[in-house]
Amino acid sequence: MASNPAIQFRHLLWLLASLALVVAPHTPRLPWWLNLIALMLIIWRIYLGWNELALPRKWLLVFFVFGGLFGVYFTYRTIFGRDSGVALLVLFLSLKLLEMHGPRDAVVLILLSYFLALTNFFYSQTIPTAGLMLAAVLFNTASLVNFAASARALRANLATAAVLLAQAVPVMLILFFLFPRVQGPLWGLPQDAYSGVTGLSDSMSPGLISRLSQSDAIAFRVKFEKTPPPRPQLYWRGPVFWRFDGRTWRPGDIRPFGQLKFEASGAPYDYEVTLEPHNHNWLFALELASKVPPNANVTRDYLLIARAAVRNRVRYDMRSYTNFTTRDDDASDLKAGLQLPRGGNPRARQLAQDWAASLGTDSAIVQRALTYFRDEGFVYTLEPPLLGRDSVDEFLFGSRSGFCEHYASSFVFLMRAAGLPARVVTGYQGGDINPVDQYMIVRQSDAHAWAEVWLNGRGWVRFDPTAAASPVRVEAGVAAAVPATDPLPLMARTSLIWLRELRYNWDALANKWNQLVLGYSPERQREFLTSFGMNEPSWENMALTLFWGVLGLLALLTAWLLRRMRASDPVQRAWLRFCAKLGRKGSPRSPHEGPADFVTRAAARYPLQAARIRAIGERYIALRYGELNDARMLAELRVLVRELRV
Amino acid sequence: MNAILQGILQRSQFYNAFFGPRVPEPGPIYLQQRRVYILPTRPGLAFCLALLVMLVGSINYNLSLGYILTFLLASMGMVAILHTFRNLVHLHILPGRVEPVFAGEVAWFELFVENHSAYDRCSISFSHQGRATPCDVASARGATVSIPATALKRGWLAPGRITVDTRFPIGLLRAWSYIQPDMRCLVYPKPDDALLPLPEPTGGTGARRAAAGGSDDFAGLRAYQSGDSPRHIHWKAVARGQGLQTKVFGGQANAELWLDWNLLPAGMGVEERLSRLTRWVLQADREGLRYGLRLPGVVLQPDTGEAHRLACLRELALHGL
Repeated sequence: MASNPAIQFRHLLWLLASLALVVAPHTPRLPWWLNLIALMLIIWRIYLGWNELALPRKWLLVFFVFGGLFGVYFTYRTIFGRDSGVALLVLFLSLKLLEMHGPRDAVVLILLSYFLALTNFFYSQTIPTAGLMLAAVLFNTASLVNFAASARALRANLATAAVLLAQAVPVMLILFFLFPRVQGPLWGLPQDAYSGVTGLSDSMSPGLISRLSQSDAIAFRVKFEKTPPPRPQLYWRGPVFWRFDGRTWRPGDIRPFGQLKFEASGAPYDYEVTLEPHNHNWLFALELASKVPPNANVTRDYLLIARAAVRNRVRYDMRSYTNFTTRDDDASDLKAGLQLPRGGNPRARQLAQDWAASLGTDSAIVQRALTYFRDEGFVYTLEPPLLGRDSVDEFLFGSRSGFCEHYASSFVFLMRAAGLPARVVTGYQGGDINPVDQYMIVRQSDAHAWAEVWLNGRGWVRFDPTAAASPVRVEAGVAAAVPATDPLPLMARTSLIWLRELRYNWDALANKWNQLVLGYSPERQREFLTSFGMNEPSWENMALTLFWGVLGLLALLTAWLLRRMRASDPVQRAWLRFCAKLGRKGSPRSPHEGPADFVTRAAARYPLQAARIRAIGERYIALRYGELNDARMLAELRVLVRELRV
Repeated sequence: MNAILQGILQRSQFYNAFFGPRVPEPGPIYLQQRRVYILPTRPGLAFCLALLVMLVGSINYNLSLGYILTFLLASMGMVAILHTFRNLVHLHILPGRVEPVFAGEVAWFELFVENHSAYDRCSISFSHQGRATPCDVASARGATVSIPATALKRGWLAPGRITVDTRFPIGLLRAWSYIQPDMRCLVYPKPDDALLPLPEPTGGTGARRAAAGGSDDFAGLRAYQSGDSPRHIHWKAVARGQGLQTKVFGGQANAELWLDWNLLPAGMGVEERLSRLTRWVLQADREGLRYGLRLPGVVLQPDTGEAHRLACLRELALHGL
């Protein structure tokens, strides 16, 4: 094994900088005490390195290890999760700093650091993260070079690392595209693996959707084959709620899977949805979807359900009709659509019963309710006042300000109280076309809730009470509809055109990145390879192509790396000329003879030219083996060789 | 048949890896591709393990960027194989000078390392007897490396097998080659440290004893050297506090001193005799005496000077070998 000499201070600083690049994105996610300990250990190590002091004793580190283990356990209640695993890695990394006696320990640290770079991708795989980690890999690799060539300049080592990585990129691309992909996970993931994703939830209570509306995150992207429908028709259907307990709406009984039964009119819309992970099973589609994606089913209330929770970005082709009439008259559905909590909200019940008594037809009741929302001074706001026990009464007769969930909830309550089967539908309403790549972007801020009422002869019909109270919401989006003081994501409201353009460009780039890089799934791989003319891309074929591809690339690289020098250098040329001159006179330089020996022999053989020959030898040896690179000496050497006559 | 088999064996990497060059190679040694070997170091194996874990993690969590990172590092490792290999291959190593040494000293074998390629060679190390000598060679330049070897006994010392290796650029791989340059270092016997003086001159133009008697002309004074006869010390100068000085007589330069194997005590062993004679040669040369050397089977007539001293030492070094 190689010896383990001390670490130079400059290499220590470089190593710390490259580790910092890897750990930095983790710090906001780590407990504060761990950040503090890591910072303290780093400063301690710099202090020891600068003053060339001995590293602390082992027992102190053991103390830290156990302290840290307990700390991580008490913070996360486990040490085997994803987050706690990262915390432990950071802890060990910073402790290893104080046990780093020589380059061998440093290499261990760099390998750990490579691994920690990967863990960043658990949390974010965006372009900025990728860029930062690329920089981190470059600096860590330069650190490896530092310890393998400790006498070289740092800048030269960084250049070497850059060259290595640049030459690795073609091979990496082959591996990336051809390595047979397996759909993970290979085994159960820790429970916290998918925490922290935003999206609609499987219940609806006041304030839930308005909170979601403040998120700028992208829910899904849509690529229409032809012109997209106008904005007021962009209702993206999500979870449907039947059961109301006075405050919260829930799906109610498990909806059996059904078939897509409806009568469509007008031209269908064909499009492709790229859905961001939201950790639930449902898939979104424009109302109403006329086909079911693979590995999914549809419920009787027209909700598309994937077999597994959407934990990775998924892509599916869809076809929808915006003009449709449902034909579903299952009696049990109608009964569930009349459920109301026992007691509470007496004024709303009374109002609905009055309508039912005075108005003749079902549609007249619906229209009366919508008029009520339009004319009674309702305010559409993201910050409604808190509601008490009789939330519907308080909203309808008291505060009269709320977000879409308040409108949908109270509207359905009124309909049910008036004897009309009704249900709440959540999803998204709207979407912006990105002019850069023509993808429609639907954000969490487009989250919406509306109502469906069963009308005899027409089936389930969509009514949007929010649109009655605030038509702008449906026509122009939430930013235009709510008061200017409401907290919205900055970007949703900005009127700065350049900022908007910048954002569109960035979104388009991020979308490309998602589609091409992050969305490279086993299916995509098959499609991609088939489009390249690979018949039947089985894993054997891929592995074989991969093998030959990598081998071919490496062979090319070898040929290029080991290319011979084109012209020998001037010093060597002069020397060879000198050797040739003596060789013609009958004293050639034998192959094993070093320059010094040859000159001595030649000087002895030609005493008249001995001084000149020795001068040639001295200059040649100085130029070739010495450190200096002297142009004048080279000129002298050439003149001496030229004028040599033996 | 046997010869063919032998030829195939010697050309194969496998054979060379295990047995290396057995005989010294005369002339410049060219590190051709066939004789440069490469394997991962222990950190290199750890790197492979880390990559495997990273790959499994990427599959399990469906991390596209995880795949990219893992594949980038794996490709970097593959590219590094080529870089490490080319850092060593195609070097020319020429034997250089070797200065004779006395037994017990360190002999330095000088090698010229020539880089005829268009790229710099970094962090090449020459290991011999557990000691590593680092060396960097810029593109189209040469460098000299001096490889130390402890000379244990007199005679010819060959460096034997030298390992040339490098871990550049990332330290996860080691390329190496064995060389055995055709060099030898003459090792003189170690001069003994007995305090016995030189033997008395015999024969020649006059006996030393006679010279000591005062018949020769006083030639001057010089600083005292160990072994000088107490009778020649200039005691008056000592009394004046001028330090020890020895009187030199003109006749001494002409006196002939025979350093004779046979005049040493009969009980002495061969190496002890050679050590004694070596010291006497050095001392006689230092004192500017004319001395001759008589060994079994070899007689060097009395003479002075550098060439004579070297000839005597060479005979002593190679006696009986």
